Amino acid sequence: MPRLVSHPDEVKIVSRRFGKGAANIDRYIELGGYESAKKCLEKGPDWIIDEMKASGLRGRGGAGFPTGMKWSFVPKQSPKPKYVLVNGDESEPGTCKDHLIFLHDPHAVIEGTLIAGLAIGAKIGFIYLRGEYRYLLDIMEKAVADAYSKGFLGKKIFGSKTEFQIITQTGAGAYEVGEESALMESLEGKRGVPRIKPPFPAVVGLYGGPTVINNAETIASVPHVIEMGAAAYAAVGSPRNGGTRLFGLSGHVERPGVYELPMGYNLKKMIYEVGGGVCGGRTLKAVVPGGSSTPVLLPEEIENLGMDFDQVGKAGSMLGSGGVVVIDDQTCIVEFALRTISFYQHESCGWCIPCREGTDWLKKSLTRFHAGFGEAKDIDNIQYLAENMLGRTFCPLGDAAAMPTLAFVKKFRKEFEDHLNGKPCPFARHVEMAVV
Amino acid sequence: MADVTFTVDGKKLTAPAGTLLIEACRKAGIEIPAFCYYPGLSLQAACRMCVVRQEKVPKLQTACTTTVAEGQVFITESEEIAQARKATIQLLLGNHPLDCPVCDAGGECELQDMTFKYGAGESLYAEAKHHRDEQQWSPAVFYDRPRCILCYRCIRMCGEGMDVWALGVQNRGVSSVIAPNILGTDGGSNQLDCEQCGMCIDVCPVGALTSGSYRYKTRPWEMNHVSTVCTHCADGCKVTLGVRQTGDGAEIIRSDNRDKSGINGDFLCAKGRFGFDFVENPERLTQPLVRNSEGKLEPATWEHALRFAAAKLKEVRDSKGGAAIGVVGSNRTTNEENYLLQKFARTVLHTNNIDHERTTDYAAFARALAGHKGKTASLRDIAAAPAILLVGGNPTEEHPLLAWLLRTNVRLNRARLYVANTSPIKLDRQAAATQELPPGGYKDLAAFLDLGKSDFSKAVLAEESLVVIFGQELRGPAVERLVQWGLKRGNVRFAYLGDHANSRGAADMGLFPDLLPGYVPITEPGAFAEYPNLPAAPGKSLPELLAAANNGDLGALLVVGANPVLGLKTDPATLKDTFVVVQDLFLTETAALADVIFPAASLYEKSGTVTNTYGDLQMVRKAADRPGVKPEFEILVRLAGAMGVDVKTLVPFGTGAVSADLGQSRGVQAGEADRHAVWLEANGIEPRLSPFDPFAILDEIARLVPGYAVDRVNLFGANDVRTDPGAAPGFVPVSALTGADLVAPAHDGLFTSAALGRYSPALRELERHQAHELAETAAD
Repeated sequence: MPRLVSHPDEVKIVSRRFGKGAANIDRYIELGGYESAKKCLEKGPDWIIDEMKASGLRGRGGAGFPTGMKWSFVPKQSPKPKYVLVNGDESEPGTCKDHLIFLHDPHAVIEGTLIAGLAIGAKIGFIYLRGEYRYLLDIMEKAVADAYSKGFLGKKIFGSKTEFQIITQTGAGAYEVGEESALMESLEGKRGVPRIKPPFPAVVGLYGGPTVINNAETIASVPHVIEMGAAAYAAVGSPRNGGTRLFGLSGHVERPGVYELPMGYNLKKMIYEVGGGVCGGRTLKAVVPGGSSTPVLLPEEIENLGMDFDQVGKAGSMLGSGGVVVIDDQTCIVEFALRTISFYQHESCGWCIPCREGTDWLKKSLTRFHAGFGEAKDIDNIQYLAENMLGRTFCPLGDAAAMPTLAFVKKFRKEFEDHLNGKPCPFARHVEMAVV
Repeated sequence: MADVTFTVDGKKLTAPAGTLLIEACRKAGIEIPAFCYYPGLSLQAACRMCVVRQEKVPKLQTACTTTVAEGQVFITESEEIAQARKATIQLLLGNHPLDCPVCDAGGECELQDMTFKYGAGESLYAEAKHHRDEQQWSPAVFYDRPRCILCYRCIRMCGEGMDVWALGVQNRGVSSVIAPNILGTDGGSNQLDCEQCGMCIDVCPVGALTSGSYRYKTRPWEMNHVSTVCTHCADGCKVTLGVRQTGDGAEIIRSDNRDKSGINGDFLCAKGRFGFDFVENPERLTQPLVRNSEGKLEPATWEHALRFAAAKLKEVRDSKGGAAIGVVGSNRTTNEENYLLQKFARTVLHTNNIDHERTTDYAAFARALAGHKGKTASLRDIAAAPAILLVGGNPTEEHPLLAWLLRTNVRLNRARLYVANTSPIKLDRQAAATQELPPGGYKDLAAFLDLGKSDFSKAVLAEESLVVIFGQELRGPAVERLVQWGLKRGNVRFAYLGDHANSRGAADMGLFPDLLPGYVPITEPGAFAEYPNLPAAPGKSLPELLAAANNGDLGALLVVGANPVLGLKTDPATLKDTFVVVQDLFLTETAALADVIFPAASLYEKSGTVTNTYGDLQMVRKAADRPGVKPEFEILVRLAGAMGVDVKTLVPFGTGAVSADLGQSRGVQAGEADRHAVWLEANGIEPRLSPFDPFAILDEIARLVPGYAVDRVNLFGANDVRTDPGAAPGFVPVSALTGADLVAPAHDGLFTSAALGRYSPALRELERHQAHELAETAAD
């Protein structure tokens, strides 16, 4: 079990029960669990959705769509069954928050799913775990079975006339399936490729029924929003960004780990105070603010940067999935770009041309370039390629590959140029990596 | 849906709300490029070529998934859009082998066209390309991954279009490949277990899927393209034959229907696409054979063979009378040839002893419909019918085009298909309801439906308009009962399924001992009064003819494109005392017994018309040219001429009734004009219209044959036009017809086509692949 970290600046809401044995259902109840679900059952769907809207909770998967709004799009009447779908396909490099939730607080996911189900009138919820998280499936399945045996799930939840069932499922190891429509395809047993939108899942989703898909962290936040009350939750964060967020701090930082901080928390402070600063007292070169797909930020860009969707967006990047990757001055950015694009090349599903061919082309070019066989025009070509992938692909995976690449080339062009003319990589200790 | 108005490139367009932008633009003549979009198949939005700019939308949008709504404004060509498309092509070309100089698709490749248009002329890519070896999936289908652009057209065509689902994607990202349904293990090769229709090859926009019969044979621009009709089953698909000149004629190299004209659109089955190679079979007869005094067949000149056969036929007619001569017609020659054959039999040989190998009881069908015009369903009617009742038959195997149209109609128009059959058929998968019938239950179907007790009959009875398609299981009174049930209901139209390219035409043209063309009873007063010497009494049917031959009562037998010796399992000794003349492509079991054999042209080597089993009349055009052979039409005219008949009484050429030769004899039938001119001069006839031109007899057919007064402009425009068996005059109770027991369905499957299939190496190879290779793979 990963070592838990903590810092006095943390506001523990979602992580409140981490390390307290809450995977045990009795312990979870002891810690106040399932009270929110009971309350929601009493208050009804309209109240739940209003609370969610008022809480300012925004999707923690990366796009930051207001959760209450998403739920309200689901039609009240539907000839086909409605579904709640929990996206636990946490695969973005730098992101490592959901697995702590599944590990320490599985019942929060179950309770959140249940509340979402009550809000939209669904009878079935699916909890979809990333293929590589198969070891968490045992924990989730045990938790679901316990919830059934307590009567919290099943035909008559909490002794009411309301039915709600939960089914767990793991993927087969594809990043692409983190995209909501590809996740539905995968869950239906098909090849994990995205669907054409519209129709959006709220109208035509899983098995053709209206479906709400939420990130696992979003869902795990839901019981806490109910428990605290929408106003109290919203007050924790910054304007239009309610509550807290689990930030996965990694890279060249003294104290890496998952920290729960209020939305809008200063990034510089996060690195230097919460994370204890750059490793070995070295200098900060850059930081990736929200998982590998978000454009890199320079030290001068994070001076007064509050970590919420709006502020990071304004700074030219994205809050994404909250995976903060710290990069020190010993790092070769070309190699960093290569590693990043290698991931997307490997994970591209191959559906559309720009992503399939573009990620492969970028990877090959960067490999050659980093190995010292680059030409000056390659830098322009790399930028040209990324620019022509951006916004042209079927799903956001292509953007996720293009955006960081563009940022690397634009912000570190000098470092690319330093690799030219057969010169060895200036950060030569990495040179063995050059042969990818 | 209500029409909406929107703006594309500054032009105001109108289309029903919800129309796909790409389709709305195409209709308005604005071409938006696309690799993955294919009309009628599900949307992919994968190639990103059709991107357009929509006002007030931040990103470029794909025209193939954008539906039009009131007031929208689009731009489909701009610098930004051209750049996006160019970049996509650059990305594709990065891994493309660029082996265009040897690629089959070179010259007709959508990737080439797009590269030409958007000018990705310079490669930015310095890296090694991905390579994978080419795979052969079946005798018909080869896959070359490096050329593949992964548009998924093949997968969708196979799955959605054909309902075969034999193709899929393997691996992911740039390693993705199209894979067939039998994956080779332990180093074995991948195999394709399917209907081998080749539709995947057809829809491939590049040269990734290539055809076993066509690959590396030619460059597309070396071919002429001739639009004609397939010679195999009775559905009558239009085919475009790719023909290349050879030293002594013209050979067919490819068959497809890429112009999507005709009732079949782009559809062709394995037989239509690959089964044309019987034409080039080395066993083809290319010169007349005459049995010599030693009883052996030996090559002869046309002149000698014609004179010999004519003299003998004349002798038998003059000594024993026409009743001692029999004529057997063909299921695969043209209407004009069949018409001429029966006219030749009745007016030159003075006999009604004419029949053909009947595979369907069209006579019962026509007589049951007599007097009810407009009650038959064309393929176009079937393609658009809201409800279809399919009684018997197995279209997937025997009528691939019908099956395609039914599937498409169900899939795209939500038509309701009702299947009543004694055993399960594949089309059950598209059926709204199925009804399993007891053996022999077809005859009671009408009564069963009228009972209205089962869910099936309730559903069928609830349909306001219905097309009833029935198979050869129904004959004679069973046909009559079903037709009467439908006529009583009102808004019902019928189609009757038969075999062979022109079985319907053979029946329509009166290859019957008791029925004249158009199913006019021979006993009908005043019928065909202009025929000289028309015998009044019905003649002998085919089995009766063979029986007469066995008894020594048949002096001569003329067999045109038929093989009764095999078909009726006749003892060869039966014909030992009969003078047999055969016109055929091959030395069939019947031809082997003949005294004179004339080498005939196949349907791909002549012009004329054929009628499919639904009554759609289409024009066939000469594509290939094989030295030594002649169309049956010409052979018959020459035979009559050699018998001393005034040819003008047989073929009214140069009479003024037809004022021109419509370009057939001198145009498409290149080379014929010379022979024609020589013949005309030798016979002192004015050189205006060839008596060998089958279209010279069209006016007479239109005038005399009920139901064949067709729209000539559309016919010559290579469109399908309707014939109508309901136009048959007079009254004959179906029970009085004697043919029902003579009907022997051929039940040709996906790779069989009676005589022609036997001589098609491609079809034999496909059959072997499906039967043996795959069985071995399964056993492993």
